[in-house]
Amino acid sequence: MTKKFNIEVDCANCAAKIEDAIKKLPGVTRATISFMSQKMLLEAADAEFDTVLQAAVKTAKKVEPDFEITL
Amino acid sequence: MTKKQKKTMYRILVAAVLTLAAALLTHFVALPPLAQLGCFLVPYLVIGHDVLRKAVLGVVHGEVFDENFLMAVATVGAMVLGEYAEGVAVMLFYQVGELFQSYAVGKSRRSISDLMDIRPDFANLENADGSLRQVDPEEVAVGQVIVVRPGERVPLDGTVLAGRSTLNTSALTGESKPRSVAAGSEVISGCINNDGLLKVTVSKGYGESTVAKILDLVENSSLKKAKAENFITKFARYYTPAVCVGALALAVLPPLVLGGGWPVWSTWVARALTFLVISCPCALVISIPLSFFGGIGGASRSGILVKGGNYLEALAETKTIVFDKTGTLTKGVFAVSELTPAPGFAEGELLEIAALAESYSSHPISKSLRDACTAPLDAKRVAGVQEIAGHGVEAQVDGRAVAVGNARMMARHNITFTPANGAGTVVYLAVDGKFAGSILIADQLKPTAKSAMAALKEQGIRTVMLTGDAAPVAEAVAATLGIDEVHAELLPADKVSWLERLLAQKPPKTNLAFTGDGINDAPVLTRADIGIAMGALGSDAAIEAADVVLMDDDPAKIGLAMRIARKCMGIVYQNIVLALGIKAVCLVLGALGIANMWWAVFADVGVMILAVLNATRMLGGVKK
Repeated sequence: MTKKFNIEVDCANCAAKIEDAIKKLPGVTRATISFMSQKMLLEAADAEFDTVLQAAVKTAKKVEPDFEITL
Repeated sequence: MTKKQKKTMYRILVAAVLTLAAALLTHFVALPPLAQLGCFLVPYLVIGHDVLRKAVLGVVHGEVFDENFLMAVATVGAMVLGEYAEGVAVMLFYQVGELFQSYAVGKSRRSISDLMDIRPDFANLENADGSLRQVDPEEVAVGQVIVVRPGERVPLDGTVLAGRSTLNTSALTGESKPRSVAAGSEVISGCINNDGLLKVTVSKGYGESTVAKILDLVENSSLKKAKAENFITKFARYYTPAVCVGALALAVLPPLVLGGGWPVWSTWVARALTFLVISCPCALVISIPLSFFGGIGGASRSGILVKGGNYLEALAETKTIVFDKTGTLTKGVFAVSELTPAPGFAEGELLEIAALAESYSSHPISKSLRDACTAPLDAKRVAGVQEIAGHGVEAQVDGRAVAVGNARMMARHNITFTPANGAGTVVYLAVDGKFAGSILIADQLKPTAKSAMAALKEQGIRTVMLTGDAAPVAEAVAATLGIDEVHAELLPADKVSWLERLLAQKPPKTNLAFTGDGINDAPVLTRADIGIAMGALGSDAAIEAADVVLMDDDPAKIGLAMRIARKCMGIVYQNIVLALGIKAVCLVLGALGIANMWWAVFADVGVMILAVLNATRMLGGVKK
């Protein structure tokens, strides 16, 4: 399953770092963050999508405390 | 300004006033150092508490070496060295820079998004009693009737039920030529209704309609990243730690080597701190996605949808373009192109007799004969029509025996005729057993095809045409347009294998693009380095299969797309060189002690502003 989310991230470098960190999470098959359009795309297996998403948000906040996401 | 930005602005103002007060107080009143520190600590915390918090959180989470960390170390370091005012001022300046950056990026983000803003806000749904109700386009179901008033955007795809108007498609195609519609015409969402009231039967739900498809495509385009973008983020990953190590070396090594007491140490530590501030990588990282975003936005304003920064990058390096013929370079519509009457017949007579004889046929050839004939066609003049499969039509026209058809038809009646050799389909006509002449029916070249090919040639691009059509037709078209190479009579599978061969032939490090109208082209579109589909307005298949989508069917857009791509890549490289160059110079000046902390922050913010301004040049588009 692939889903797109609206996010809020303030700096381009942080966006790149968040993307990098999420890509390394187990279960994530694809992850992209666009700083310009303030969007995050996440792909993971249907069964574990919610768990993966939670982990992704947690990781993102760890990298950049100001990271916001509209679920 | 967003709420967040406003909050930062107030904090900056408060901190600025407090800093000024602290500076005046410490200037006129002799306070012990600790009290001085206290005076400056208040504005410092007001302006810098978030940076300090993020720096600490970063260290806790193992995310050292981000810009918060750099700023925290630099300003705390300045405080420790006793430069209280400087520590506060640098933090203040940094926040001003951040605010400006966020404002400038937000603004260009909005202006680019506005370019692509074709989202309809509402639909006027017609109630059973004829009254109108304004609803969200998503609520309208297929088959319902909506009303589009002049000046409004067509919210959903559909068919005109009643009314007559012209539509402005410029938001979709970049072309200002209006399209006229009347009852029965298909209308596409995203167009603007110019003058008349239209009643439209909705044929697709909002999610399936053209406007939603395009918006989705544009939205996703920034998620496909170009090599240059990935390069810069990868670069930043090594750059920041490297700079930190450099700063540490700068602070420790010279005093150790040179020797000396506290003054030497404090000088080098100050230089190391300046070094850290200069090194903030954000300006570098921000300018690349911004340039691509601008490039995609600028292209979409010209009716060219690029599905990602990577395709823009690939398009800039394209040196071979392969074209499909029918529907791409030609209109795909057959029309009479040449009349060759036999002696004793006039051109108009020839066409009129042929059109009359064919007036009952639904064959496309018959239709083009009727379309070409300007004289009124009275069906009463025709009798005894007989269609002979694979040959043509026999009929009585004004009481005369007429035979219209191919060469076989002439042979069937044992008529001696002059064979015609034009590129296209030849229709022969015989009246009362005597050859009356031939009519050449050919696909029409698109008016801009020739100039488009010339423009590509000027850019040094090799052009190849692959077509399923007969060789004489294909060669004639290629010769007229000045195409370098042509391969005709290809089955769809042959097209793929030819494309493979062309891919093997292309010069290294260049790309090959295939351009088609999206019908039966999907395998070749996907096999090529870049698939360009044209005439996509209303064709979902083309939008799906291609990497670059030309909304209208003008071949001149290909050259335009390439110029936009090259301009965008130019800006990307300029920004990389500019940002890296200025940083490098400032780092050296900082290490030598020439650039101070003020310069450092200014260099960081200044580079960012230049990069953002450079990237916004993409919005202006390129010369047509």
